[in-house]
Amino acid sequence: MSDTIVTSIPGQATPQHAAAPVVPAATPRALPGTGTVSLPMTKALNAGLRQAMRDDPKVLLMGEDIGPLGGVFRVTEGLFAEFGDKRVLDTPLAESGIIGTAIGLALRGYRPVCEIQFDGFVFPGFDQITSQLARMRNRHEGEVIMPVVIRIPYGGHIGSIEHHQESPETYFAHTPGLRVVSPSNPHDAYWMMQEAIASDDPVIFFEPKSRYWPKGEVNLADSGAALHASRVVRSGTDATVVGHGAMVSVLLQAAELAAVEGTSIEVIDLRSISPIDYGPILASVEKTGHLVVAQEAHGFVSVGSEIAATVMEKAFYLLEAPVLRVSGFDTPFPPAAVETHFLPSPDRVLEAVDRALSY
Amino acid sequence: MTATPASSPTVRLLSPEGVFAPSESAAEFLPYLDRLTEADYRRFYRDMVVVRRFDTEAANLQRQGQLALWVPSHGQEAAQVGSAYATRPQDHVFPSYREHVVGMIRGLDPVDILRMLRGVTLGGWTPEDHGNFHLYTLVLASQTLHATGYAMGMQLDGATATGNPETDQAVIVYYGDGASSQGDANEALVFAASYQTPQVFFLQNNHWAISVPVTRQSRTPLYLRAAGFGMPGTQIDGNDVLASYAVTAKHLDDARAGHGPALIEALTYRVGAHTTADDPTKYRDPEQLAYWVARDPIVRFRSYLQGLGVEQEFLEAVDEEADDYAADVRRRALDIHSPDKTVIFDNVYAEPHPLIQEQQAWLDRYEASFEGGDA
Repeated sequence: MSDTIVTSIPGQATPQHAAAPVVPAATPRALPGTGTVSLPMTKALNAGLRQAMRDDPKVLLMGEDIGPLGGVFRVTEGLFAEFGDKRVLDTPLAESGIIGTAIGLALRGYRPVCEIQFDGFVFPGFDQITSQLARMRNRHEGEVIMPVVIRIPYGGHIGSIEHHQESPETYFAHTPGLRVVSPSNPHDAYWMMQEAIASDDPVIFFEPKSRYWPKGEVNLADSGAALHASRVVRSGTDATVVGHGAMVSVLLQAAELAAVEGTSIEVIDLRSISPIDYGPILASVEKTGHLVVAQEAHGFVSVGSEIAATVMEKAFYLLEAPVLRVSGFDTPFPPAAVETHFLPSPDRVLEAVDRALSY
Repeated sequence: MTATPASSPTVRLLSPEGVFAPSESAAEFLPYLDRLTEADYRRFYRDMVVVRRFDTEAANLQRQGQLALWVPSHGQEAAQVGSAYATRPQDHVFPSYREHVVGMIRGLDPVDILRMLRGVTLGGWTPEDHGNFHLYTLVLASQTLHATGYAMGMQLDGATATGNPETDQAVIVYYGDGASSQGDANEALVFAASYQTPQVFFLQNNHWAISVPVTRQSRTPLYLRAAGFGMPGTQIDGNDVLASYAVTAKHLDDARAGHGPALIEALTYRVGAHTTADDPTKYRDPEQLAYWVARDPIVRFRSYLQGLGVEQEFLEAVDEEADDYAADVRRRALDIHSPDKTVIFDNVYAEPHPLIQEQQAWLDRYEASFEGGDA
């Protein structure tokens, strides 16, 4: 039966997974250094993945084009050579298949890290993530863990085509059983990736594409903070602005511009949007009395809405003005030619800060 | 309706009348019958009779308000019993939600299935303590991918294809003709073929996906789809317990020996309703039902056993045992207790989650405010 079915095309090589295992490189590539080095986020993520794979043989990578190519963003570059095709799996082109088989591998004791190639391509795997991955532990009454990381490059500012610039994090933050994080800088990317892989819960790891290439200082010896700890990245006294991922650099630019005009803005990097660490936010609001939440995602039923509601519930008397949101509009992500009108800019953030302060 | 003359590709060992009359297509599977003893035959029969009686009892419990829902397996006993006995202890079984007797054969107490359908748990058992029989999956075909991923893990562990069938592991996953249309079922076949997983896809074609006939799912016999994915496909008479056993045993052993996945389409029939919420009289032709009732898997195997000289006392003892079994299930089903409300919050996450903790603490305070207080 099976021998009558021809699957290989004459003249073409056998698919690599059917061939002998690829022998790992004799000398594994070293991490980029041992102290503090300057790396783009792609390389910091790569270093985090490499460290996690060295630390735990159960960690494996799955995704489309992540093997010899190293992923379309090269985040997994060199890992196929170091760890071979049993730890870095180039999968068939099917997102539900990637997530669904990752669940099976997790039941078997593995810690799969799945790459979704672009934000807009996660939806074919949405059912496996929300109906299966997120609930497996709960359905098993705590008898299993689901240490699966799903890496999703996301967000705009890269001038790309439809389905390549989206911010779908709210869908996942709304789903019980998932953890959702997003680093804003290379150093956080390095340690947050390792923390996400070490977590016994599924973690949706949103990587801000527009921050993939700018370099930043990465301390390779720093084990980082708790995965879900938000952080004050710039101190200020007049207003608090909060965001995650690529928005953090927009907020820092806004704070810089405001400082010139004499307005002191405190900037908070959420780092995690499920759960949200409200401690630093509430402490900051106590100081400033004004809060603006910014995000690339659509504002309707969003992380910004959630933070606005929660801060209002928990700190109503600390507020001197309504919490304001700055978001992508509630439209499909537009053609790239007009994306700058869609995406929150430093000026749009400052417009909201001004409204809050003049209340 | 599917006729299965001797020349058809459908593998059949027993005629509907219970006469051993293998189809030509059965030749390569016949050696696997040598593994069976008369005691096995008696077990096959006993399990089919017991699960049908259990099935009736569970439906009664639902009608009496003791279960939220029941999912009958009436008519599919041969497909399930034969394939389940073909598994080895080290194998892993990923069911859909109608494979009650497969679970029982793997060591599951069927009252655990009732716990889920009574609404006291979302799962019901620990697979590793119950013959590696994984949890029921209610979203159609989702489990096909979990099974494939699990089989990939067996390969990565080196737990299969070592040449020792006593320890080499394999996976069997159950799904149906309706689920065969799901994207996940097809992606699972793609992944399984690509990675050559040690895995059998056991497709029970019971001819109905609630009210929609299999002809709406496929213009081609479902086993033929296997060739398009690059794996062997075998169609069996699913009401022939010996065909189900022999074909599954061969494909599972081929899988565990490193020859990759295979698909079995078992032609059977959902004699009962889809669930207790369904009314098949609204959409099914009574003549079709009569055709399949006349091909009842239990009647067929009983005739075969009688031909072998199995004594009437055995058959009567099985009926009696089935009644006792059902009575015991009923008694224990009525004794299922509701869980504490902490299950709402327990095990949503493995690690502490502030929102969940906050909400649990709030519910405790809120409900305590009614107890003897002036709230």
